[in-house]
Amino acid sequence: MSTLLPAISKNAKILALFAIVCTLSVGLVHVLTKERISMQAQQQLIKQLNEIIPKSSHDNEMFRDCIAAPIDNNTDLLVDVIYRARLNGVSTAAAIKAIAPNGYSGNIELLIAINVDGSISGVRALEHKETPGLGDKIELRKSSWIEKFSGKGVLDDNDTRWGVMKDGGMFDQFTGATITPRAVVKTVKKTIDYFKANQAVIFSNTSNCENK
Amino acid sequence: MKINPEYKELAWQGLWKNNPGLVQLLGLCPLLAVTSTVVNALGLGIATMFVLICSNATVSAIRHWVPKEIRIPIFVLIIAAFVTCVQLLMNAYTYGLYQSLGIFLPLIVTNCAIIGRAEAYASKNPIKQASFDGLMMGLGFLAVLVILGAIREILGQGTLFDGANLLLGAWATDLKIQVYQLDSQFLLAILPPGAFIAMGFLIAGKNAIDHKIAQAKPKKLEQAIERVRVNFES
Repeated sequence: MSTLLPAISKNAKILALFAIVCTLSVGLVHVLTKERISMQAQQQLIKQLNEIIPKSSHDNEMFRDCIAAPIDNNTDLLVDVIYRARLNGVSTAAAIKAIAPNGYSGNIELLIAINVDGSISGVRALEHKETPGLGDKIELRKSSWIEKFSGKGVLDDNDTRWGVMKDGGMFDQFTGATITPRAVVKTVKKTIDYFKANQAVIFSNTSNCENK
Repeated sequence: MKINPEYKELAWQGLWKNNPGLVQLLGLCPLLAVTSTVVNALGLGIATMFVLICSNATVSAIRHWVPKEIRIPIFVLIIAAFVTCVQLLMNAYTYGLYQSLGIFLPLIVTNCAIIGRAEAYASKNPIKQASFDGLMMGLGFLAVLVILGAIREILGQGTLFDGANLLLGAWATDLKIQVYQLDSQFLLAILPPGAFIAMGFLIAGKNAIDHKIAQAKPKKLEQAIERVRVNFES
């Protein structure tokens, strides 16, 4: 016992010392890179927003003009943040971050820009876990499929064009992957409906995402 | 210039004879998961090599102060610290690549090749040799990753260096080579089973070459090499 205790305390001290040194160095790197990391994420967001909402229809900093999505009990759509585009102070479009919960493998996060007239300005897939080679054609760098949404709008409540071709709609499905485009199309349509129903609130609420 | 035979032996061990990917079969998880394109393979390979050199050097530098009983937890701490730093740095400076390698970066911690080298070599040898061993083992691993990535990218997508701009910046977009045009991608090569099959062929190829060399050369006594098998591969 008398020889065991000193050995334990010595080893414990050494281990603690190493833990402190390692934690310190990780902490230091974290502090040094923190700002750059959040800047990178912001740059990415600005780039994506500018891609789907053209420069000609906005002159504000969209990533600073955003709100948490207003709650709407009439829809089961999962919406997150909404960025607003304005030209000379007049609202022109909104980019809505929405989640399609029924992808082939989990959630698909979409950024959907809708003009004030209810037509789509552009759509981008932000994050997904779809099968590489099949479902990942929703990414712009793999295929231009996602650009087909641009300019389309919902005519009335039972607009049957909003589906994949297999279901009688106007959007291509992918060979071997129907579930992924079906989920995306459905969510985009729901987002348009949501936007139309809440348009006034979406543009009038004061920006509250500044420090998010 | 005379090359120190010790370094020559280390290079030979790391790059071919005792290659962490092909012979020791360590770190299979990242090896198979991220090698769907050359660029991903290169990114993870460089990150792993960097961690391996740093951890080998550090473990070697502190080898006199670390009691034998608690060496493993200390090695793990050091490796984990380096991996976290690499992850933060990649997030800050190569954001696009960080997004595509995503969850596989932290897995470098569990890459047994790293703790295996720390335990088997770095903890018993001076800093210079340990760092060189890290470099060579890292290069060996990187080479296997890149070859596997190239095979899978050519078979699966018909391209090479797709997405090089994620790693090297915007100018590298032109590096993409369209080897041939595919109407639809060859899925097997992109999905994990394809990685296993390609890996099997690579190992078979290496063994075949070794066999040829052994036959061509008259028999020579071989020194037993110390090799570490670690069984907690994730």
